[in-house]
Amino acid sequence: MGLNRRNFFKLLGVSGMTLAVGKTANAASTENATVEFYGILYDSTRCKGCRGCEYDCADAHGFPEPLPAKDIPAIRTTNETCNTVVNRYKTSKGEVFIKRQCMHCNEPACVAACLTQAMHKTKMGPVTWDGDKCMGCRYCMVSCPFDSPKFEFHSPNPKIQKCDMCFERLKTGESPACAFNCPNEALLYGKRRDLLKEARRRIYEKPDVYLDQVYGEHAAGGTGWLYLSPVPFNELGLNNSLQQSSYPALTTGFLYSVPSIFVLVPAFLMGIYQATKNNTPNGKEEDE
Amino acid sequence: MNSSYQIGQEQDGKAIWKFLISELKPKGKFLTPFNIISIPIMLLGLVLIVIRFWKGIGAITNLTQEVPWGLWIGFDVVTGVAFAGGAYVLTFMVYILNMHKYHSIVRVTVLNGFLAYVFYAGALLLDLGRPWHVINPIIGNSFGTSSVLFLVAWHFLLYMIAELIEFSPAIAEWLGARKARKILSGMTIAAVIFGITLSTLHQSGLGALYLMAKDKIHPLWYSEFIPVMFFVSSIFAGLSMVIFEGSISHRVFFRQISEKNQQAQHGIVLGLARICAGAMFAYFFLQLLVFIHGQNWHLLNTPMGLWFLLEMLGFVMLPMILFYVSYRTGNIRLVKIAAILAMLGVILNRLNVTVIGFRWEMAIRYVPSWMELVVTLAVIFTEIWISDG
Ligand code: SF4
Ligand code: SF4
Repeated sequence: MGLNRRNFFKLLGVSGMTLAVGKTANAASTENATVEFYGILYDSTRCKGCRGCEYDCADAHGFPEPLPAKDIPAIRTTNETCNTVVNRYKTSKGEVFIKRQCMHCNEPACVAACLTQAMHKTKMGPVTWDGDKCMGCRYCMVSCPFDSPKFEFHSPNPKIQKCDMCFERLKTGESPACAFNCPNEALLYGKRRDLLKEARRRIYEKPDVYLDQVYGEHAAGGTGWLYLSPVPFNELGLNNSLQQSSYPALTTGFLYSVPSIFVLVPAFLMGIYQATKNNTPNGKEEDE
Repeated sequence: MNSSYQIGQEQDGKAIWKFLISELKPKGKFLTPFNIISIPIMLLGLVLIVIRFWKGIGAITNLTQEVPWGLWIGFDVVTGVAFAGGAYVLTFMVYILNMHKYHSIVRVTVLNGFLAYVFYAGALLLDLGRPWHVINPIIGNSFGTSSVLFLVAWHFLLYMIAELIEFSPAIAEWLGARKARKILSGMTIAAVIFGITLSTLHQSGLGALYLMAKDKIHPLWYSEFIPVMFFVSSIFAGLSMVIFEGSISHRVFFRQISEKNQQAQHGIVLGLARICAGAMFAYFFLQLLVFIHGQNWHLLNTPMGLWFLLEMLGFVMLPMILFYVSYRTGNIRLVKIAAILAMLGVILNRLNVTVIGFRWEMAIRYVPSWMELVVTLAVIFTEIWISDG
């Protein structure tokens, strides 16, 4: 069949890339290969569900103090006044806790979506938001496969809220508030490469305890947060059917085709115009 | 008189301005049924907009953290821009293909398209949480060049400039500047070509916006070909709108060619019907290919699947056939019915991608609040007021 997957965009895209010198979208993915991102490894077998990280996070970001456990449902999402939640799931292996927050993707959809560069993937790894640039279009929210950015719908001066991996603390050499304070060592902050090794080691040493998968190693093209669990991740509300490649790549075909369209279409139109110009009944030009 | 299809032709320009001025002058009765309905809604809309800027977007919309774009983007912007597509299709036909037959309607359509863009850009501002930063991607050091939205925003802006230049011979003439007019009408063909190129890109760009929402849109409406679909459907969306406008206000067709015989007008309508039939056939075929390619047969026998079939058969295939039949039989009434069905189909399609099929699996669905509806209606009425007098 003539409709071969991606061929249409590929064709345009290839010519577009040759026309557009130094594309930024291209630079983003090569950067990932060379720069070492930092991240956090969350081990749900160590987490006792004390929700201490929720309190530390609220403290570090000036949010209201989280409600006590008896007043909240077992499963929540983050929102504009709370960057992280610890959820409790009944699973095939008993009760398992899971901490949720922005995943700090290697190739973040939100950053590719943002037209003002307010969403920014820092060289260290955290994805941050800049209120001086953001215009509040919420395209980052539409694009994020994890629904992480939250919007202050009830403010006349609304901000986008999401985990920033305590970037301010990281800059001074400290670790994120949640990882720093976790009493059970369920959270480990470090270089993503080292964290992956550590995760592999734990799985290798206790194959009966852990599921043989590190969530975040490949999901959405790899994320800064990595998860270990005793049960399949969809039992914990993590989407295990997300594509394994980068989300921004979904739009690069279209974006790369733009330069070639800008060359080909006008040339094409000009050609037809020249060919049909004298079709007027008396061939009269305007200036005459 | 033969030169009446030339770009920036004098009489045409004059006619436009005369027509514009006469349109803007209050005339006749004030308490028409349209005014009685539209004025209260526009006033209420204004009040709601004040509340929105005072209390935040959540005060008048039902948007949620999971569904951050609703009716204002899905209908006002995405659907509205598709309907403004008539401008680029007609400029292509008249100025590039030299299809003189349609010259009498091209200017008015471009003017309508331009006004539509002004209003959709305006509607977009209502939806921005931090509109005071809207110029960041235009002026500042904040070029998010990897963003589809960045592309669309720029194209909107450039397109409006191109449209202004397309008009400028008429403007210059109105100001009596002969020389400027000459230079500007030379620029017009460049502006026309630029405008058409931009249109192909932002019509498809609006679809490309949703490419990253891969897991959120129902698989029957999501494919990597959304941009192509949006582009092809904008052709018949725009032309159906031209037919529709022509049949309700009469000014598009009658005002300028009233002296000429009815035949010319019918010729235009039937010609447009033929083009619509062709574009819809291409669109239907593309949808079919994408559907087969997506291997989504099992989804057809679900509520969403039946909804999809309704859209494709009832609002694409049926109007396509009606356009074809009406063209073959010269039935003007049938053209209008087909145009209305085709427009409904485009509305359905855009809403299915942006609102109805977006997060279709959630237990609590987004349904626009009555206040969102009122603001949307207020925007549309204001546009009709400005463009229709
Ligand atoms: S999880 Fe969402 S918000 Fe966080 S970095 Fe990834 S795309 Fe951005
Ligand atoms: S809401 Fe702000 S941060 Fe998100 S995409 Fe729009 S401008 Fe960027």
